[in-house]
Amino acid sequence: MEDLGEIVGEFLLESHENLDQIDRDLVQLEQDPHSRDLISRIFRAIHTIKGTSGFLAFGRLEKLAHAGESLLSKLRDGAQPVTPATITTLLATIDGVRSLLAAIEETGNEGDVDVDAAIAQVNAQMKAGEAGAAAEAASAPVAAAPETPEPLEEVPARPAPNPVENQRRPIGEILVESGGVQAQDVGSALAQQIEGDERKLGTILLEEGKAQPAAVSEALQAQTPKRSIADSAIRVDVDLLDTLLNMVGELVLARNQLVRGVMEIGDATLVRSAQRLGMITSELQEGIMKTRMQPIEHIWSKLPRVVRDLSNSMDKKVQLVMEGKETELDRSLLEAVKDPLTHLVRNAVDHGIESPDQRTAAGKTPEGTLTLRAYHEGGHVAVEVADDGAGLNVDRIAQKAVENGLLRPDQIPMMDRRDIMAMVFQPGFSTAAKVTNVSGRGVGMDVVKTNIENIGGAVSVDSTPGKGTVWRLTIPLTLAIIQALTVDCGDQRYVVPQVAVLELVFIDGQSTKIEYASGAPVYRLRGKLLPLVRLDRALGLDVGGDHGVYIMVLQADGRRFGLVVDRVLNTEEVVVKALNSRFKDIGLYAGATILGDGKVGLILDVSSLARRSHLAVDSERGNIAAAARASEGSGTGERLLVTAVGERRVAIPLDTVTRLEEFPRERIEHAGSREVVQYRGQILPLVRLSHLLGAYGEEPEGDTVSVVVYSEGARSVALVVDRIVDIAENSRTARRDAEEDGLVGTAVIQQRVTELLDVRRAILAADPNFYADLETDDLLVEA
Amino acid sequence: MASRQFATFEVANQLFGVEVHTVQEVLSYNEYTPVPLAPPAVSRLFNLRGQVIAAVDLRVQLGLPPKATEGPVMNVILRGDGDPVSLVVDRIGEVVDLDDDTFEHPPDTLSGPTRELVVGTFKLDGRLMLALDATLVVDTSRATT
Repeated sequence: MEDLGEIVGEFLLESHENLDQIDRDLVQLEQDPHSRDLISRIFRAIHTIKGTSGFLAFGRLEKLAHAGESLLSKLRDGAQPVTPATITTLLATIDGVRSLLAAIEETGNEGDVDVDAAIAQVNAQMKAGEAGAAAEAASAPVAAAPETPEPLEEVPARPAPNPVENQRRPIGEILVESGGVQAQDVGSALAQQIEGDERKLGTILLEEGKAQPAAVSEALQAQTPKRSIADSAIRVDVDLLDTLLNMVGELVLARNQLVRGVMEIGDATLVRSAQRLGMITSELQEGIMKTRMQPIEHIWSKLPRVVRDLSNSMDKKVQLVMEGKETELDRSLLEAVKDPLTHLVRNAVDHGIESPDQRTAAGKTPEGTLTLRAYHEGGHVAVEVADDGAGLNVDRIAQKAVENGLLRPDQIPMMDRRDIMAMVFQPGFSTAAKVTNVSGRGVGMDVVKTNIENIGGAVSVDSTPGKGTVWRLTIPLTLAIIQALTVDCGDQRYVVPQVAVLELVFIDGQSTKIEYASGAPVYRLRGKLLPLVRLDRALGLDVGGDHGVYIMVLQADGRRFGLVVDRVLNTEEVVVKALNSRFKDIGLYAGATILGDGKVGLILDVSSLARRSHLAVDSERGNIAAAARASEGSGTGERLLVTAVGERRVAIPLDTVTRLEEFPRERIEHAGSREVVQYRGQILPLVRLSHLLGAYGEEPEGDTVSVVVYSEGARSVALVVDRIVDIAENSRTARRDAEEDGLVGTAVIQQRVTELLDVRRAILAADPNFYADLETDDLLVEA
Repeated sequence: MASRQFATFEVANQLFGVEVHTVQEVLSYNEYTPVPLAPPAVSRLFNLRGQVIAAVDLRVQLGLPPKATEGPVMNVILRGDGDPVSLVVDRIGEVVDLDDDTFEHPPDTLSGPTRELVVGTFKLDGRLMLALDATLVVDTSRATT
């Protein structure tokens, strides 16, 4: 019975492949109802399933496949037109076949899967078709008789244990093309086969004297090239590949150890051999990696059906466009991406794309477009799901986030549009006005995010109101082997994925040094402040000194920060080993690896560290504000944010500062005579302190401008400075009152003359109405 | 009479045992990688022929202070649920064949973290062996929460 089990396994595997193909073909057939090629292909595939299931004595499966086949043969013969209803029926049949196969896979028999309903549906469909055809025949008696034979298409898809059979061109077709045999002879030979003649088509033709032996053998040869291509590929168990990959990983380690040992001995012959071994190992590793790569098409192939079913059930029109389906990904990653991607596609059809009426009203084509796009991008694969629908409603998301307690109302005005949109990835979050059976239950987007992050990827969303939404998955090329930097921290060695590393800076304490903005370590990277995370502190170890250390400038989650480590050793390829969830939950480690010396090394989770750096900065800001308030209360001098404006130093009381931001220069737009930027869904007016204070000078170089954001209630303005210098305590010494407009005075801060900004004036210069709402009462009194 | 085989080991001079079929192997190892911020019971990893294994300190699981990490440490590698896990112990004992009639339920006076891990008491010659639940004993979320 072992053999039969294997045959069943192969049958299941092959049938699943066939079913996926049938799904795709059926959806395509709906677009192109007259394609005989498609009908024949579907017919052949179903016939194969029917044949094999008969052979393996899966009676119900055979019956169901037979029903589907009968309907298809009517379509093929032109006895019945291809309508959406027939396609739906056929798809239902395929689903029935799928559930039977699933039952067989699970229990080894057909279980209690009900096929009668599906068969009844098919029969009803055929009756309806006959009625239609009869009516048609009555009006045009000569046309479209069911007998109209298309024998060439009717290929004897015998129970074929090998899918290669399907890809071969039918011998009858080749024979007719070459003129070696008459079309009707092939037809009758086929009929014989269907009636149970076990002989091969060529044999029947030969034995009946319908074809010349030479013609048949020529036709057989014409078939073979295809076969040789198919034969050159074999199926391999993925577990076997995984084992091979693991072993290659070990081999890489062993090689590294060997090479190190050989270098110490210094024997020239040995060194050469070791180098040769190294090269072979690298190639082997590359080869094994390649075997695991599969085009993303594999997981996309199910999506046309998903989109079709869903859009039909919702009375929407959606065209699915796929770009870059040949983009390859590691198999295990493909598996991990499949469900999140399906969810995003369903979500886009359900919520993204509007109904045809809404679309027409919005001046768009009634048919929406859903674009799947995959491409390589800097060591990653990006997969996008883009719709041209209504876009995300940022206000609603913000409102919902507040309702769910995820955000405080006062945070909203300060947040970037994209940050607000990212709230949809929070658990239990859904902005769908109504919950459908498709989506909107608030389970999903957070799962998408978790799944993608589990494989070291990232999810983001961007949306333009009225134009559509783009969901973007960034996925590592492979899980198994990554380029990494090894670093020392304390007496342990850690591994940082190289994709996250932008540059390295050595801190000698002289020309380069770590500075502290009120306790928060920062580094001036080409004039800009880079927030720093001390790895030893993050890991809860003893905190070391600031000299002779390295800063790794890292980027993750759209944030840039510096990671302070003791030593950077070298880059190497490491084999990533999964880490037990109890360590993953710590939120600092993405995995583990075996280092060259055989010890386990922890791979740092750069995204988590980035989030940590952000949190630290935020809480640091909170502290600054609290400290500032406290000191103000006690009257012992206030904290000042010292900025550079041209040649001058201008100080702004820190408690009036809501946020420090940098904007790309090109984001500055003009509204009337004012400069504005779009900021967290608001229009933020800018005022350049250099203009206000008359400090005209060279415009600072660079693509970004530094601004100090000041908010009160729902209003915000931004003061543009050349750069942020420092945060200082105002000692209230050597202070003079202002002689100049826009300033409240000057003071000596950090041994330098610093001007104190008249914040109120500066804000009014940016937005004359800033205080209008807030101070109506005062005005009334004054009036 | 039905009998079971137990692999025995000592922690803090108490003899413990797990059923032999749950044990993959026993080995002494001295190169561990500490995992900062991990729960104290499972703060170390090591390389077992290319596999990353988490070492669970049985002392911590039993509510005792962690074991000092200097020098070689004995590991009982349990097969676990898919991933093998190591149980760090003081000393390895022998494999014993125990008849079911030497079995008794844990004494009522046994309390604290140990009680949850012990499934039974076996009366050996001159000393008692506490049989541990091989799944619970490496479940670190239990001990730390």
